Amino acid sequence: MHDAACSPARDVTASLRGDAAPDAAPRAVLPVRGDGLVVERGGRRILDAVDIAFDGPGISAVLGPNGAGKSVLLRVLAGVVAPDAGRVTWAGQPPRRELRPRLGFVFQKPVLLRRSALANVRYALHAAGVARGASLECARDALAFAGLAHLERSPARLLSGGEQQRLALARAVATQPEVLFLDEPTANLDPASTARIEALVREIAGEGRKVVLVSHDVGQVRRLAADVAFVHHGRVVEHGPAARFIDHPGSEAARAFLDGRIVL
Amino acid sequence: MQDFSAAFGEAFRLLATLDPDLLEIVALSLQVSLGAVALAALIGLPLGALLGVVRFPGRTVAIVLLNALMGLPPVVVGLTVYLLLSRAGPLGTLGLLYTPEAMVIAQTILVTPIIAALTRQTVEDLQHEYRELLTVLGVSRAAAVLTLLWDARYSLLTGLLAGFGRAIAEVGAVIIVGGNINHLTRVMTTAIALETSKGDLALALGLGLILLSIAVAVNALVASLRLTAARAAYA
Repeated sequence: MHDAACSPARDVTASLRGDAAPDAAPRAVLPVRGDGLVVERGGRRILDAVDIAFDGPGISAVLGPNGAGKSVLLRVLAGVVAPDAGRVTWAGQPPRRELRPRLGFVFQKPVLLRRSALANVRYALHAAGVARGASLECARDALAFAGLAHLERSPARLLSGGEQQRLALARAVATQPEVLFLDEPTANLDPASTARIEALVREIAGEGRKVVLVSHDVGQVRRLAADVAFVHHGRVVEHGPAARFIDHPGSEAARAFLDGRIVL
Repeated sequence: MQDFSAAFGEAFRLLATLDPDLLEIVALSLQVSLGAVALAALIGLPLGALLGVVRFPGRTVAIVLLNALMGLPPVVVGLTVYLLLSRAGPLGTLGLLYTPEAMVIAQTILVTPIIAALTRQTVEDLQHEYRELLTVLGVSRAAAVLTLLWDARYSLLTGLLAGFGRAIAEVGAVIIVGGNINHLTRVMTTAIALETSKGDLALALGLGLILLSIAVAVNALVASLRLTAARAAYA
């Protein structure tokens, strides 16, 4: 997963990054920031003046109960959903298409094209501007990384749930993104599949990338994350080191959530 | 009843002996209708896909109009194209009236709304599924439209099939702009109408049987394609 040819052309973005070295896994990751983010749906505030920033490599978790606004927050930060107020910046600039290959996204329910596993990964590579000549090898590398090399010709939508999610992960990392957003990637998976995904996520973060993981699973957050942003009622209530948050939560809402009491 | 069975017998004889007149009529029918479907697909697929993907003021009105045009009466289309192509009409200098080309034009107008409307629905449904993925992958709108058309290709076959069914079976438009001229613009439906009015039921029945067979064969082909695709979860 270190092949520079699988990254999109860097000339567009190198000046922003201040690090044009194309021959290594990213050391500086794209800083992602949200200021005063508000999202309203049907008269309800899903996000309520959220300020949040992610910078540097490692795994950050966005934790909270169902309906807290975690997934919406991730979509807003990834530029998929436009906020009703506030602003998102990537490396200090508003989201724009040229920067997209530097971010990856994996949805809770994998969205797979009606094509083979290999074609799904190659599609992402072509969208990121990787030349067709290079994309085959890059896609095979990504599939091998996710343990799916033997399934490259299989129709993507006929794979098992765990395989589909690993394929979505392979497709997201094929372009060597600096930041990877994961929206509850193991929510629908059995423990074995979950363990495989978590191992892959650790490996991705170990390559110097940023992983922002949305989860409501405290165990998973404890296993993976260095820091935790706790979201409740559309607000980031706390954001700090994972161990400290889990052992000594600073808010009543977080304590109630960690104790398994309902907070919604 | 005897007339009926005699007509059937004669119809089968015409089919079995590959009667040249019959074959000529069948060939022209296929040529005109397939040509019209091809042209309508070139217009209707991108038009429908854009309507499915792009949001603009008046889009709902455009969709309602497009859906309404699916029921366009063939005789009205025939009359309109006749007026356009007749010697005194704006396109009269082209000299296309009473030619197969005029029939292709009329059928293209009939078929395009069907293909565009069904494409719009299919592409819009698939876009609901793909939209966020295509956004995070940074796919341009033009590339997204092509992706949606490609991934919906097996579903879109149904639209093409409906268009072909409309074209091959209609008589009102082609009889007005083609004139049902023997060896020039006579197709299956116009021939059936003419032969029936003349009382020559054998040729009419023979053509009717071929028309039905073509409909069944084309439907079977598309159904098998879709089944194969569904097995791979591509449809």
